[in-house]
Parts: sequence; structure tokens; C-alpha cells
Amino acid sequence: MATEPATKRPRFTHVPSDKTKLEMLHYMKLVREIEDRIERKLYRQGRIVGGVYVGLGQEAISVGTAIHMEKDDVVAPSHRDMGVFLMRGITSRRIIAQYMGRRTGLTRGRDGNMHMGDMNYNVIAFVSHLGDNVPVAAGCALVFKQRNQKRVALCYNGEGATSRGDWHEGINFASVHKLPVVYFVNNNAYAYSTPIHLQMAIEDVAMRAPGYGIPGEVVDGNDILAVYDAAKRAVDFARSGGGPSLVEFKTFRMTGHSAHDDAGYVPPELFEEWKRKDPIPRFEKQLIEEGVLTEKRRDEMQMECVKIVDDAVDWAETQPYPAAEEVTRDVYYEGQES
Amino acid sequence: MALTTYVDAIKEGIWEEMEKDDRVFVLGEDVGIYGGAFKVTKGMLDKFGPMRVIDTPISESAIVGAAIGASLVGMRPVCEMQFIDFISCAFDQIVNFAAKCRYRWNAGVPIVVRGPCGGGVHGGPFHSQNPEAYFFNVPGLKIVCPSTAYDAKGLIKAAIRDPDPVLYFEHKYLYRRIKEDLPTDDFIVPIGKAALRREGDDLSIITYGAMVYKALEAADELAKDGIEVEVLDLRTILPLDEEAILATAKKTSKVIVMHEATMTGGPGGEVVARIAQKAFEYLDGPIVRIAPPDTPVPYSPPLEEAFLPQVKDIVATARKLAAY
Repeated sequence: MATEPATKRPRFTHVPSDKTKLEMLHYMKLVREIEDRIERKLYRQGRIVGGVYVGLGQEAISVGTAIHMEKDDVVAPSHRDMGVFLMRGITSRRIIAQYMGRRTGLTRGRDGNMHMGDMNYNVIAFVSHLGDNVPVAAGCALVFKQRNQKRVALCYNGEGATSRGDWHEGINFASVHKLPVVYFVNNNAYAYSTPIHLQMAIEDVAMRAPGYGIPGEVVDGNDILAVYDAAKRAVDFARSGGGPSLVEFKTFRMTGHSAHDDAGYVPPELFEEWKRKDPIPRFEKQLIEEGVLTEKRRDEMQMECVKIVDDAVDWAETQPYPAAEEVTRDVYYEGQES
Repeated sequence: MALTTYVDAIKEGIWEEMEKDDRVFVLGEDVGIYGGAFKVTKGMLDKFGPMRVIDTPISESAIVGAAIGASLVGMRPVCEMQFIDFISCAFDQIVNFAAKCRYRWNAGVPIVVRGPCGGGVHGGPFHSQNPEAYFFNVPGLKIVCPSTAYDAKGLIKAAIRDPDPVLYFEHKYLYRRIKEDLPTDDFIVPIGKAALRREGDDLSIITYGAMVYKALEAADELAKDGIEVEVLDLRTILPLDEEAILATAKKTSKVIVMHEATMTGGPGGEVVARIAQKAFEYLDGPIVRIAPPDTPVPYSPPLEEAFLPQVKDIVATARKLAAY
């Protein structure tokens, strides 16, 4: 794996089938629709009471990576990776119920937003302490190695998390033990309000990879086909015993850090520049040019996503809140595992 | 029958669980080739191989984080902190990841984080601490502090089998000083149960870890004056055995709560509060705490001796309370 930008390569090694392309487009659109509903509507209407963090403009990354997961692989997503949850089979209904603090959300009302997981789907819940999932994913991969299983752990973070010690400790641990884990970095240019140059003295996070003796690659995170290609290479590398690798996706956070943040610190021209690189219209245009998609089908796909989210919201709003008596439950084992 | 030391009891407990359950493995600094700084894992690499006895970089956060990940996919990892003082480096993984998974998303994290704690060996400020109080305020964790070889073995086995994260504080002063005949059959010591080490009617000392022995020595001394002291060894400090605490308080009506963790914010305050709240009318005197002063653990012998609770201090405090 090279560290040169993917855009310099003449073509991609791994190209998805037309069916997979359309599947990825569906999930990108579904992520956008569900997050748009969450951030722009439900949150602003006061129907979601807590913090909201979305991955607007970053949809290609979670979708183009998670598409490579096998059923038994384990994933530790971060807070802008909605596509991971949907592609693992977690329903929009449960996700909206989670945001609304309902009993049938993934955390039964104990936690909000992207702080959700379910080991029945091999999805590890994210904690706000960034980078904590890096050694945790290494631990999953350690077991795959111990048990000689062909499973892979995928771990996601923003570039902001790469400043934390746990990120470094975890990657070093994984590298020393040559564990089957892939570390994805959504480099979206800002850690809350802090730009890259105040976060690190290097240009690319991937430059850190050689320091751990692992491959690192920089990829256009707004090009789903580039994401697909690089992720496939990294996942195959891990699955075949090559050890961990680091894939950095260059992208841009098209919102504030969270729903309350107007991102006034981001120069408007950056939003304009990155809007032109929006991964969804870009992919749709490609697919139409390739004859894989029509404009009519594109619009139908959009309506399908709207319907899924409409249904999810309607369902979630009928769901009960947890009972107050549940507040002290499940701190310790009470006789049933998830 | 050969006597088993406290440190070997820990080792035997882990060893037996590893033989019985292939989900159990150990990881930590120098645990493999070297057999651990205190030899708790000696011989395990040869017996169980490098996939189950894992030498790690100096990365406490990665050690605990990796254990969490391994436990989420079905394993029962046992992490060694070379000295329990270094557990502070893994604080975040323990309190934010391990302790909260079950409550948040119903995912069990059956890990053990163990390591040598305590003073009396001139370890100085970074090799002598009793940091259990940092974790005492963290719902989701269990904390055990064995004082006998029997408990050391029974509690490590119980900790490994426990479905929740357990912090296991082993007192390094006791490692080779304490030994006893251990049963050859499989046994555990249940987490959450205290043990009466001495019965008495006049006064109770509630304590744990190495302080149990100081309490027993003081009790012998006081018995010469006809003061019969009851010594309750908590063994587990989270969750506290409230039933046993209240029972001894109600029985003797005079209570000393003692530990080697420093005074302010130490686990003893909680014990005192529960007695005051739930057994107040049984008391015939103030509940008294004995603990080191609020300082780091000093190195030089006269300072360390002044820091650690001594038998003479306990005897003096007990006499005063008995006469109250």
C-alpha cells in the first residue's frame, strides 16, 4: 500500500459490481436522509432532546468501508459513521428510537445519538472519549488471531481522535502483535472548531503509519469508488494475516461539530468548495453516465429512503420511554446477556 | 501439605481457570518471558503459549482497552498492572468503557484488572499506592482486596468468572509473608461477602487488605486488657457487604473503620456513613476512622512508618473508644 493519494492512481484495483454500486448509493442516501431528519427536523422541533452529530458530506466513507464486512467481522464506529449501523442491519426504527430516548432504542434510553451498539450485530458502542475504541478494536482482533479466525475488526475515528494517547497506544499494540484490524480515519478538517494545523504538525494522518510499521494510505473520502477500493485492500490485507493498516479519508464536515454549532469559524468558501465535491451527486452522476442509474430511478431511490425514515419516525414516536424504575437496572449482570 | 503463599495463591487461581476455560488469558507488561515483576505469571508462557500469555508494550490503556475488546467477543482476559499505581494510565478505559458498557448497551465486559498495591516495602510514591478509592465511585465496577492466601485464590477465580469488570488489588506486602494450607479442590470466594477474622463483643474494626493483620495484632494486644475486638475483613469493597458491616456495628456498638488508602475520600467514609445512617441507635460512641494522612506515600522508612497505620496507633485509638 502506498501513501500517495488515490487520485493519482490510474484506476482502482477493486471495482464494485453494478448491484453493489446501487446498494452503496442506497445506503449513502439513507444515511443522508436519516441524519437530515435527525438534525434539521427532529432536533430542531425538540423531538430529540440531546446532542446530535452527523456525518453530512462524509457518507461515502462509512458506506464504502462497511460494505466489505463479513457477518462475523466486528466494527467500532465513531460518531459520524451512521452508514456502519445501517449496513450492519440495524434498523432505522431502532436508530430513531435511540435518538428519541425510547425503550426500544439500542441503549434503552440510557444513552443518546451515535452512542449505540449491539453485539448481536458485532457493533461496539462508541464512547465520547475519542480514540478509546482503538485499543478495544485491537482486542477484538487479538482474539481473532488467538483463535485463528479469518475475522477482521474495523475501527473508525476522525482525525481529531488521532491526537489522543489511546489512539497511539492502540495502534502500536495492534502493530506489535500484527493484528487483523483496519483503522479508518475520517479526516474532515476540523476537530470541533480546531483546524488541522492546530491538531498536528504533519499534512496527513497517514504519515503516522510508518512510525508504527504499518501501511498507510490517503484516499479521497468523497469518492465512494476510491473508498471502496482502498477499504477492500486494507480489509483483505488484515484478513490475510498482513496486520493492521491505516486508511485516511480526506473529507469535510459540512455542518458544525454538533447540531447547536453554526460552524461560524469555517470560511464559507470551504463549504462551497466541498459542496461541489458532495459524494452523493458525484456518485449519481457517475452512475448515470455509466448507464447504471437513471434520473427517474435516482428520484425513486430518494423517495424509498424518505419512506423508510418516515416509517422509522412514526414507529419511534409510538415507542414507550423507559420506566423511571429502570434507572438502577443493568449496572451489573442481572441474568441476561444481550 | 505444603503451605501456599499469597502470591502463589493468585497464580494458582489464574492457572486453574486457564486450564479449565480456554477463554481465559493474561496480558500485561513482562508477564510472558519474565513471568511478571512479582512472578505471578511465572511458567504460564511455557504452559499456555504466547497466544494466552501476552507480553505487551508499556501501554496500560491499550492493555485494558484490548482486554475490553477481547471480552466483548467472548473472552475472559486478566490484565496485569505491573504496579497497581499504573492503573491510573488506564483510568479512562476502565471507568468510561468497561464500567459503562452493560448499563448503556447491555454488553458485558468480564475482565479482571489486577496488580500489586500497598506500602510497607519502601516503594515510594509510585509503587505503594492504594488507589481503590478512585474507582469506588464508579458504578459498574467491582473491587476486591484479599488479605489471605485462601481469599487471594478464591477471589481471583471468582473475579475471572464474574460477568462484570473486577479490579483485583493484591497487597504486595503480603505476597510472601502470608501462607497457608489451601484446599486442593476447586473453590471460590464470593465477591461481595466480608469475613469475620476475630469475634469480640467490645469493639469492631472494619478493614481490608494488609490492615487486617494490623487489626488482629492490635486485637491481641487489647485482649490483654480485657477489650475483645471483632475484626471484619471486607474482602470486597465494591459492592460493600452492608449486612456484615451493620451486623458487627450493631453487635459491638463501637466501630473503627481502617484502611491503607489515605483518609479523605477513602472507602472508609462510605462505611461510616452507612453505619451512621442505618445503625445509629445501636452506637455507643463515635465511629472512628484510622487511615494514613492525606499525603503521597513517602519512601524513607521513618516517613513511611509514620504514614502507615501502626498497631500502637490502633491500640491507642481502640482504648479511647472502648472507654468512651
